[in-house]
Amino acid sequence: MDTYLLQIFNGISVSSIFMLAALGLAITFGLMKIINMAHGEFIMIGAYAAYVIQNIFSQYLPASIFDFYFFIAIPASFLAAGIFGWVLERLVICHLYGRALDSILATWGVSLILQQLARSIFGAPNVDVKSPDWLNGALLIHPGLQLPYKRLFIMLMVIICMTAIYYLMYRSNYGRKIRAVMQNRAMAASLGINTRKIDAYTFAFGSGLAGIAGCALTLLGSIGPTLGTNYIVDTFMVVVLGGVGSLWGTIAGGFLIGTGNTTLEFLTDATLGKVLIFTLVIIFLQWRPKGLFTINSRSLDE
Amino acid sequence: MNMGLFAKMRKSASLAMTALFISSVFLSGCGNSQTSQSSGSSTDSKSTIKVGVLHSLSGTMAISEVSVKDAEMMAIDEINAKGGVLGKKLEVVTEDGASDPAVFAEKAKKLLQQDKVATVFGCWTSASRKAVLPVFESNNGLLWYPVQYEGMESSPNIFYTGAAPNQQIVPAVDWLLKNKGKKFFLIGSDYVFPRTANKIIKAELNAEGGQVVGEEYTPMGHTDYSTIINKIKEEKPDVVFNTLNGDSNVAFFKQLKDAGITSKDLITCSVSIAEEEVRGIGAENMTGQLVSWNYYQTTNTPENKTFVANYKARYGQDRVTDDPIEAAYDAVYLWAAAVEKAGSTDVDKVKEAAKGLEFKAPEGTVKIEGENQHLWKTVRIGEVQADGSIKEIWSTPDPVRPDPYLKTYDWAKGLSN
Repeated sequence: MDTYLLQIFNGISVSSIFMLAALGLAITFGLMKIINMAHGEFIMIGAYAAYVIQNIFSQYLPASIFDFYFFIAIPASFLAAGIFGWVLERLVICHLYGRALDSILATWGVSLILQQLARSIFGAPNVDVKSPDWLNGALLIHPGLQLPYKRLFIMLMVIICMTAIYYLMYRSNYGRKIRAVMQNRAMAASLGINTRKIDAYTFAFGSGLAGIAGCALTLLGSIGPTLGTNYIVDTFMVVVLGGVGSLWGTIAGGFLIGTGNTTLEFLTDATLGKVLIFTLVIIFLQWRPKGLFTINSRSLDE
Repeated sequence: MNMGLFAKMRKSASLAMTALFISSVFLSGCGNSQTSQSSGSSTDSKSTIKVGVLHSLSGTMAISEVSVKDAEMMAIDEINAKGGVLGKKLEVVTEDGASDPAVFAEKAKKLLQQDKVATVFGCWTSASRKAVLPVFESNNGLLWYPVQYEGMESSPNIFYTGAAPNQQIVPAVDWLLKNKGKKFFLIGSDYVFPRTANKIIKAELNAEGGQVVGEEYTPMGHTDYSTIINKIKEEKPDVVFNTLNGDSNVAFFKQLKDAGITSKDLITCSVSIAEEEVRGIGAENMTGQLVSWNYYQTTNTPENKTFVANYKARYGQDRVTDDPIEAAYDAVYLWAAAVEKAGSTDVDKVKEAAKGLEFKAPEGTVKIEGENQHLWKTVRIGEVQADGSIKEIWSTPDPVRPDPYLKTYDWAKGLSN
């Protein structure tokens, strides 16, 4: 019984990681329609930002406050990835709107550059980020059923991020402008919205979210220059399955892929589990090519 | 803004799938686009001997292979400082295999045909070794391979300075059966080494009264082990035999600890985790866990004290030495000794001279077995300490004869094909 309960928890936990990694993509790919192959590298940048903050704390600050570094690391990861995202948008992507294949190639090239950059700065071997003490250990429900604090914390981060995105997108003036630009760029521009500025900030925001995901991933494994490439396929799957452009779709997609993946892995093995879940996703997309949640739009070019 | 094209982009689902497919195809071949560095291009071929160094300096395997390359460069520089080989300085041609077997094969061909190197030191994964093997055999080249591997191979053009299975895996299983228990759970990365290693382990357990209660493989780079840890909890094995490679180990041990399992609750024995990897995993996550190798940084020989001191002086005090690093260092010296003995860099003469050659290595004296071109090596089981070093807790009294095909074990019949 414990085994199955723990397995359900594992499923939700993996889902939460997929959701966190895919939230940024839901904005840059889902809303802005940019196929950004360097999304994984923003995750990697966020992870290295957490590593840098950890090092600053352990070297320059008293040991007693080391445990709180993570609260600085989260915004630092967001900012670092966001700044890289902003620069990428200004330098490369803003010239490539509407040129899907070109932007795939360009962003993929950027991802290789960023990986090599990380390798040059931090060295080829993976580095370990020490988790704060209060995240070590597990919530003991009863012996045999322990829920690691780290995984619970990641779930909490997902909830906070999603709430923040919801308010930003649907309850703030800025969100209204973003949605206006994404729905009808020409009309939004003629109403006086600075679309270039909106594009840059939105892309930076999406990239920043990827940075937060990277910060969370430091709790689970080591970090290296290729950290992001492991997640790129999964995160695109989540967004496509959920329905491009829908935040709820991303949540649902993350949940289905995460729980489906762990359940199938439990019943078969890791490799076959992944094969089966992707096969199911492909079959589902044959049936509903637009994913779980579709957005009805009056836009003529839909 | 071109609205027509923008509209096309909105049909993103299929496009994204295409993009993923393209990227997954190209990621594996991306090494082609990386520039390789060739250090030194002296035209004076009479006063130097060209040797090749072929490792992944980029991609996922760079983590491990860069430090092995460093050890080879150190050995080459040491030999040059002492006057070189046959009175000639060694000139290194470095190539980047980019973690991609196809690139390895291409670069091996370039080293042998274009640079005409006398020998090559290189490779890490079995996949890269299998890829370059036909190149070395058809060009009659010479490769020194420094990593423990799954055995079942003995190419006339390769010298294997890492452990054969009977010098690492087989004695480790034997020791665990006697000291830790009969129920084994096997976990490994999904490629040739773990699968072959586990085939050997299963045959051995079968013959010696052990039992396999679980066998799991995960793709390279897999990072979520919660489900597998759950399976391990359910099966309650005495020993988890771990052949995971690369980053996956970090995730596995961190998550094992988070699940409340330490070495006191469950013993694991790993054959792909050395000091370099412990550094990445974090010693606090695997204190007390076991590993099996032929050399540790703590191995107590005078040669090793000098070796560790030199390595740290050259590359930094925070660097560590480990088994593949040491085996790569030995390879360079063994080749140099064989060339001196042969009086020539001719591959056939060097191979003949190498038979039975001995070298006082940091791990103790090693000897080349002429029959299969592997090394006689001492087997050591070690325990990971809280400071990240590995303490030897058991070793064979003498170096063990290499037996890549496990011919001397009855239970191994039928494994080699």
